[in-house]
This record gives sequence, structure tokens and C-alpha cells, in this order.
Amino acid sequence: MENTIIKTVNYSSFFGTHQVVKNVNMEISKNTVTAIMGPSGCGKTTFLRGINRMHELLPDARSEGEILLNGEDVMKTHPILVRQKVGMVFQRPNPFPNLSIAENVVAGYQLNGIKLSKSEKEQLVEESLTNVALWKEVKDVLSKKGTFLSGGQQQRLCIARAIAMKPSVLLFDEPTSALDPISTASVEELFMKLKQDYSLVIVTHNMQQAARVSDKTAFFMMGELVEFSDTKKMFLNPEKEETQNYITGRFS
Amino acid sequence: MKQNEQEIQVLKEDINQMWKMVISQLEKVKHSFLNNDLNLASEVIQTENKVNAFELRVDDDCENYIALYSPVAIDLRLVLSIMKISVTLERIGDYAKGIARHVKEENCASFNTMVIEQLEIERMFDALLSMMTDSFVAFTNESSQHTGKILSKDKEVNEIYHQSIRQLTDYVKVHPEEAHCILMMTILLRNMERIGDHCKNIVEEIVFYLEAKVLKHEGKTE
Repeated sequence: MENTIIKTVNYSSFFGTHQVVKNVNMEISKNTVTAIMGPSGCGKTTFLRGINRMHELLPDARSEGEILLNGEDVMKTHPILVRQKVGMVFQRPNPFPNLSIAENVVAGYQLNGIKLSKSEKEQLVEESLTNVALWKEVKDVLSKKGTFLSGGQQQRLCIARAIAMKPSVLLFDEPTSALDPISTASVEELFMKLKQDYSLVIVTHNMQQAARVSDKTAFFMMGELVEFSDTKKMFLNPEKEETQNYITGRFS
Repeated sequence: MKQNEQEIQVLKEDINQMWKMVISQLEKVKHSFLNNDLNLASEVIQTENKVNAFELRVDDDCENYIALYSPVAIDLRLVLSIMKISVTLERIGDYAKGIARHVKEENCASFNTMVIEQLEIERMFDALLSMMTDSFVAFTNESSQHTGKILSKDKEVNEIYHQSIRQLTDYVKVHPEEAHCILMMTILLRNMERIGDHCKNIVEEIVFYLEAKVLKHEGKTE
């Protein structure tokens, strides 16, 4: 479909002989927020890490099937190129501790050996930090270390670092689970803004967060995609009994 | 049983008790009207406070449940339905009290006795009681199988109401001296017709709870 940015076709992930993600078929639309939820160990993070080929970095890990990004199979694309197009933000804010705030934003370019002029760097830093609503807060302390910032600010800095690479998709692995409610609210507000320019996929254990921020929700259980539907439908009238049992806390 | 399920059980028990109380109010008011039983009418008027107290209790329990458990899916539909059903039951309780007051209007006792059969008031009461008890059973059994039958009873109530109003309109022309009692009777019939409408609302809530379908204003919206 024209509006599809990611399409998985019978995608599976393994650790050795253990199949963690089982034949997932899913289509993610452009400029939407997609939440992925499910019990611990259901394969949601492994699935997320498969999208930008992070899964294969782990020992004994492999994948089968296809993940198409704008119609191109990511398994046949160089992983570095995939990760430029598909940024990722992790559970705990992880700015590079030895780099300044500004250096953190453009770290992706440095690590990939892409040279930028001083003015290009300055423009990219301001643009990226503005997009994550952090510019006003840090514009006078850009030379300070990234770790100088609060947890919520650090997470927004990590998002700025991801979007500085001009990706089309942003993956988030429980991005607010280490943040307080105020920082969580600011990051959630940011999702609404970011989806105008990017497609967001968020793994979350927080069902209320999934309900608040996402357009579509996927429910995984034991490696299988049980249900994938509009978030409003999922939380008011889920199709599958397993989904209902999980979201109403009856899952055992 | 998990804490969440225990809380749901409490909510269901609360609304069930309130439901039974309102059914009892309706049965008593029927008996008091048909037999001109003033004591029973007084009892209905006095008990109405208990129905109101139940509504407050159900509201409170639902608010706490939403605040503490953030329900979703069938739990969310249940709690939303219970909140609306409790408001509706309270209204039905109010109408039962209104009918009981009418019974105590002693000046109209003989007029009432005279028109009970002609206006099919007993059949109207029976249809309402059937709607109330059938919807209660549908809710407690979590079955929407017979909701269509309950909704058809509301049509029966409406037909009796319109027929009765026509008869009273004709009657007042011949017996203007009975105008006061005729007017009171039209108010009573209106109250009964409204109870039917409220029973219909309850059925709509049950269908929403069980099937996530919205029947309200079906066919009336663009």
C-alpha cells in the first residue's frame, strides 16, 4: 500500500533454535504512532530490534522472513543504512557521557564518518533540539555534557540524536519507563509532534500510554502477533479473548 | 479471584441490589394503585430515599474503580453501563414515587377504579415489570439474547399510553367535572410511559456492555 512504511512478511526471530518472534505479518502506516504491547518475554522488543537489524547484533541471533521499509527489504540493505533510516531510542536515556549536548546531537554523523561544516552542525543541532522541544532549555549550555541534563531532558536529547540523522522511522523501546510522570508527559507530547514528520513504533508496558499516544496497537503473546487494530477499538472492544484478558489484567 | 475482579463483583452486586429494590418499588406501586392501598403507596414514597442512596453509592464505587483500576475493554464498558443504569433506575424510582403520590390523591380514588380496566393500566404495569425483570436477568446472565423482546414491550407500553390518552380526551369532553382526576391520570400514564423509555435505555446499556454496540438514537442520526 502507498501509505505503508513498514511491512513485515512472515518475519521470525531466533536465538539459536529458540523462536522468539513467530511469522509476524504487519503493516505500519506512515506518520502514525504504533504501540506494541504484551507480557514480558512475548517478543515485542526482539521484533522492534529486528526492524533496524539490531537483533542480529546479539549472539546466536538470526531472522527469517522479510521486513520491507518503503518497499525495500531491510535484510538486503546494509545495516548502517537501515539504522540511518530507522532510528532507535532506548528505555534508559543514554547520551554519550564524554560528549557535550551539541556533540551528542550530531554523534551519528561522526560515528558514520560523515563530515559536517561548522554551520551545518550548528543548524542541525538547533533544528533537532527545537524539534524535541529542548532548544530553549539548553541553548545556553550546549557545551555542557549530555549527562548534565535531567532524565527527561536526556531522553529528549537521545530523540534529538536519532532525528538528526533524518530517519523516516523512529523506534522506541519503553522510552518513558525510567522517567517521572512530568517527563513522561513531555515525551508523550513530543510523540504527537514527531508523528507529523516520522512514523513511530513504541514498545511499552504502560497500557494507558499506548492508549493515549498511539493510533494503532499490536498485541504480542508468546512471539505471535495476536491482534493489530486501531487503538480505540483495542481498548474498548478487542477482537481476541487473549487481548481482552491481558488488557483487563485477567492474563495469567 | 484477583482484586480487580473482586471490585467488579462489588459493582455488580451494588447495581443488582438497586435494581431489585426498584423492581420491588414498581410491584408495590402497581399493587397500591390497583387496590387503592394507601399504606403501600406511603411505603413506596418512603423507600424512594433508599433508591437515591443506592445511586450515590454506585456512583462512588464506580468513581473509585475508574480512578484506581483505569478499566479498559469489557471492564470499561461495564462500569460506564453501570453508571448510566444506576441514574436510570433512580429516575424510575422517582416515577414510581410519583405514581404512589397519585394513589394518595384520595379525591380521585373512585375515578381511578372506574378507568383502570378501560385504560388497560394493569397490562401497562405488567409490561413495565416484565421489561424491568427481563433486563435484570439479561444483565446478571450477561446475555443480550432476549433484548429485542424487551424492546418490543416498550412499543406495547407506548400503544397503551396513546390509546389511553385518546380515551381520556374523549371522556373529559363528556365529563368536564372530572377534569382534575383526568389530568392527574394523564400525568400518571405519562410517568408509566417514561418508565418504559428508561427501561429501553437500560437495555441499550446492556447491549453496549456485552457487545460494544451503540443502539442509542439508532436510525435517528444522519
